[in-house]
This record gives sequence, structure tokens and C-alpha cells, in this order.
Amino acid sequence: MMDGSKGFQDAETGEQQIRNFNINFGPQHPAAHGVLRLVLELDGEIVERCDPHIGLLHRGTEKLMESRTYLQNLPYFDRLDYVGTMNQEHAWCLVIEKLCGVEVPRRASLIRVLYSEIGRILNHLLNVTTQAMDVGALTPPLWGFEEREKLMIFYERASGARLHAAYFRPGGVHQDLPPKLIDDIEAWCHEFPAVLDDIDGLLTENRVFKQRNVDIGVITEEEILDWGYSGVMVRGSGFAWDLRRSQPYECYDEFDFKVCIGKNGDCYDRYLVRMAEMRESVKIMLQAIEKLRAPEGQGDVLARGKLTPPKRADMKTSMEALIHHFKLYTEGFHVPAGEVYCAVEAPKGEFGVYLVSDGTNKPYRAKLRAPGYLHLQSMDHVASGHQLADVAAIIGTMDIVFGEVDR
Amino acid sequence: MVDDALNELGALIEVKQMDVVVGWEVAFGELTVTVRPEALIGFVEFLKTDRGCRLSTLVDITAVDYPEREARFDVVYHFLSMYQNHRIRVKAAVEEREMVPSIVTVYPAANWFEREIFDMFGIIFKGHPDLRRILTDYGFRGHPLRKDFPTTGFTEVRYDEVEKRVVYEPVSLVQEYRQFDFMSPWEGAEYVLPGDEKADGAKG
Repeated sequence: MMDGSKGFQDAETGEQQIRNFNINFGPQHPAAHGVLRLVLELDGEIVERCDPHIGLLHRGTEKLMESRTYLQNLPYFDRLDYVGTMNQEHAWCLVIEKLCGVEVPRRASLIRVLYSEIGRILNHLLNVTTQAMDVGALTPPLWGFEEREKLMIFYERASGARLHAAYFRPGGVHQDLPPKLIDDIEAWCHEFPAVLDDIDGLLTENRVFKQRNVDIGVITEEEILDWGYSGVMVRGSGFAWDLRRSQPYECYDEFDFKVCIGKNGDCYDRYLVRMAEMRESVKIMLQAIEKLRAPEGQGDVLARGKLTPPKRADMKTSMEALIHHFKLYTEGFHVPAGEVYCAVEAPKGEFGVYLVSDGTNKPYRAKLRAPGYLHLQSMDHVASGHQLADVAAIIGTMDIVFGEVDR
Repeated sequence: MVDDALNELGALIEVKQMDVVVGWEVAFGELTVTVRPEALIGFVEFLKTDRGCRLSTLVDITAVDYPEREARFDVVYHFLSMYQNHRIRVKAAVEEREMVPSIVTVYPAANWFEREIFDMFGIIFKGHPDLRRILTDYGFRGHPLRKDFPTTGFTEVRYDEVEKRVVYEPVSLVQEYRQFDFMSPWEGAEYVLPGDEKADGAKG
């Protein structure tokens, strides 16, 4: 041992006794993906212990939700994982719809699938390319962000906002998509695989990228179960688990797509899974567009009823519609008492909402189950024994965004 | 169809763990099992290893505060079986001073969840290896998700230009925190509308 802990005692002075080195990684380190503070105990360059300090972005979302109506709470979900925002809204809508027993119109359901997949690509593009930047590649983020820009414009054209969309509403989606937008999304779907090929060419066989990622942060099946992993962290290890397939929600059961899995469960395989998932998402988007154009895909995008506002035109002539609109946006709707848990396959893993309702217009308790929270908690387990430089690669493929970890 | 499978599972758990299970029900297509908190570790171990359950993954632990109840908190566990593809919710009611056994030894993933509950509700988990606050500020006092904790909190933080450091001060609101009362008067509101008291008086 070089640290003087064993043997070698004859000429040892106080100064020669080497102790482990503690460093703070973050909260302002660019590879910390936000405000993560890791207290690392290093033996030379090897990580001995890793203690993540989280909560620097804690905004008390769950507490705030208890004093707001169900509809007012919806935009908080955009601010959890602010990379693929609509997927979180989806979970909130599903949980309300389950408790109220509301059936979502088919067109709204298809639009939700379409935009969930856009969210997945948004997330994976950011993750894959910034993880590449963490390990030394500068070009991929530039290329990836160009595509992200186009996708965010699709967000904007549907909802008016590029990130914090508040587009999925309980009972459907806020507004219908114009035909031109659907055409443009389709055109993008045909162009995008070429961009993916480019990023693929930059990274997949890149010597430096492989040196930094292959065999780093290997996850076994047992660790998946112990640490409650979900999403790509599970699939990267060859475990075909995808909520879209195993517990289908919305209308995912009618879509034809593959569940992509890795083999070795290391950082590199998780990168490959994300790349493959983006291609599958494009397939789902194209199918959704086709279904949106079919005659069955036409119609209203909101389940008209207590949960949703009346049509604008009705409000001009009907007093009841006007009162309904006013009451909906002040008092909000009442959700029957009960408790439910709903989960969606968000890009980062299983994002779930546990809602306890007491029958009023505000949730009694809402717990947001973020996948990143569980991934980050195993940091000590995964990173111990790795080099300091690998910590950045592991954080990168764990796909951690602090909006959802700290809530 | 799904409910049948869950009913079967609920009955199975009740039969096998007679002394722990208080009750179970299937609502909204989800199985909820209520248990006694003392025997939680054994019960959770059973859920993980039993062939019929095989609840391989701990999905979530949280708590719900009911200040008016004697057993004030509900600690709620969500489990998922990735092999049998079912979910189950386990609830245990605990009193304010009561300690809950930690399940970190069975599911390591419980670690941060239990820390979070300790932070947010002040429930203490017996046998937890490292029960520190997790989400709130260093040196924070109180348990924010309890119903008697105000949404505004008690202290506010700012950077003081004179002292050149961050200072903590008691919350002072420029405007009162707004809590609207949306109960419509004819749906059982708890107050009497101005003018209505005369109508009641005339009747009586």
C-alpha cells in the first residue's frame, strides 16, 4: 500500500501519515447536472465513499400542492424534470382521471402519446450529448441541442411554451393540434434518424468515449431490485422492463415498438439503449401521426364535463357554460375521496404520483415519486471503487435532474 | 379481471400473515393492505420472498398526516413485482411518538425515503443507519409536510450586504397569505352568510 497504512513504519513521522482526501464535488460543478453536492472521500484517485447532499433545489412542491386546486397544481409538474416536461404532467392527469373515472377522447390520447415521445427524445438528446460532454466530447451537445430546439418549437406551437407547457390537462389536452403542425412533426421524424446517425458516428465507436464509459458503473439484476431502479437503468442491464409495455397506460398498447435493452449494464450500454430508444420513439410518433389523421383520430380533445372548460362558442350563448367556466377556474373541480397511485414511463424511469384525495378541490396529499431520487441514492454504492473521473460519467448516465430529485 | 387477481393476492397475504394484517381492500384497481407497524420488517421480508408475491422492488415510501386521528400518521409503502407484474400498497398507522422499524435491511432503496419522511414528518425509523435530514436546509427546524406547519414556513433567508453573509429572519409577509374559501354556501359551508342569521332567527 502506498498510503503508509500497512507495513512501513520505521521512518514514519506525523507528516508522512497520509489520510484520505475529502473533496466537495459541486454544487457548482458543470458535470453535476444541476445543484448536486457530493462529498467524496478519496484514496488517491479512487472514490472510497460518496455522500450526496441534495435538497439545494428543494421548493416544497408537495407542500405547495396541498393549498392549490388540482388544475393549479398541474404546472408544478413541468418544473420537476424540466427536460421532458409533458411526461410528468401526464402522470398527474392520469391520477386525476383514474380517481374521477374520466375517459379521455381518442384524439387527446394520441396527442398525449405523440408529445410524450417528443419529451422522451428531448430528454435522451440532452442526456446522451451532455454525458458525452462530461467525458470530453464537445460537438455532440451542439448537434443535439439543434434538434432539441426544433422539438421545443413543436412544444411551443402546441401549447405556447417551450418548456413549461401545461398542455396535458385532466380530461385531455388543452388545445387541438393544427394540421400543419402535424405535417411538420412528420417531416422532422423523417429527418431526425440521419441526425441520430451523425451523433452515433461521433460517439459509438469513439475511442475516448468508450474508454470512459465501457465497464463503468456496472449494474446487475440484483442491484436493480435492491435499489429500486427503473427506466434505462433497468433496461441497460438486459432486463426488459418498460411500463409502456408491461403496464400499458393511455393507448400505448396499440403501438408497435421495441423495448430496447443492453447487455452489460455499464454506462456505455445505457448510452446505447438511449440511442435505440430515440429511434423507437420516432417510430411511435409516426404511428401516432398516422392514427391522428385517420377518421377515428378526429374529434374533440377534451372530455367535456366537470373537469374541463366548456367550448368558447358555448360560453357566448349559454349562461350555464359561463358559470361552469368561472367556477372551474376559481374553485376548480372536486375529486372524489380515495387514494390512487399512477405511474408513467417517463424518460428517466418510473415517474409516479400517489394522490390522497378527501373529496375537496385540493389534494389532501400528493407524493411525487421521481426516478432520479432512487438512482442518486445508490451513488455511494455504484461509485465506490471507481476513479474520481468516473463519477461524472456515472452521474451522467444515471440521468439526474435536480428539479425532480429535490422537488 | 385485474381485480380478481388482486383479490386473490390480498386473500393470500391475509391468510399467510394473519397476525400482522389488519385489513385489505381493492379500490380503483389497486390493492391496499393495512398492517401493524411493529411487525413490518417480517411482513416486508415475506412480501419480497414469497413465491406468490415476489414484490421485488420498493417503489415508494411516504407518509400522510391526519392531525385529528390518534394514530396521526399513515406510513405508506408501494411495492412492485417486476416478475409477476403487480403492485401493492402497504399502510401502517403510527402515533406521533411511535417509532417505525426501518426496512433498509430488506430494501436498501428505503434509505432515502425514510430520511425524507423523517425530515418532512418527523417520524423516527428504528434501525435506520443514517437518519439525517435530507431535503431541507442545513440546520432547518420543524417538519414541513405536517398539516400544522404553515406553507410559508417560519424563517426567510436573504443575503445581507452589510454583514456580507446570508441571514435568517422570521417570515414577514407584505401581504397576508391568501387562502380562498371556495365552498359554495349551499353545500354545507361552516359559516353563516351576512344577513342569513336573521332568517334562522325568524324561524326559531
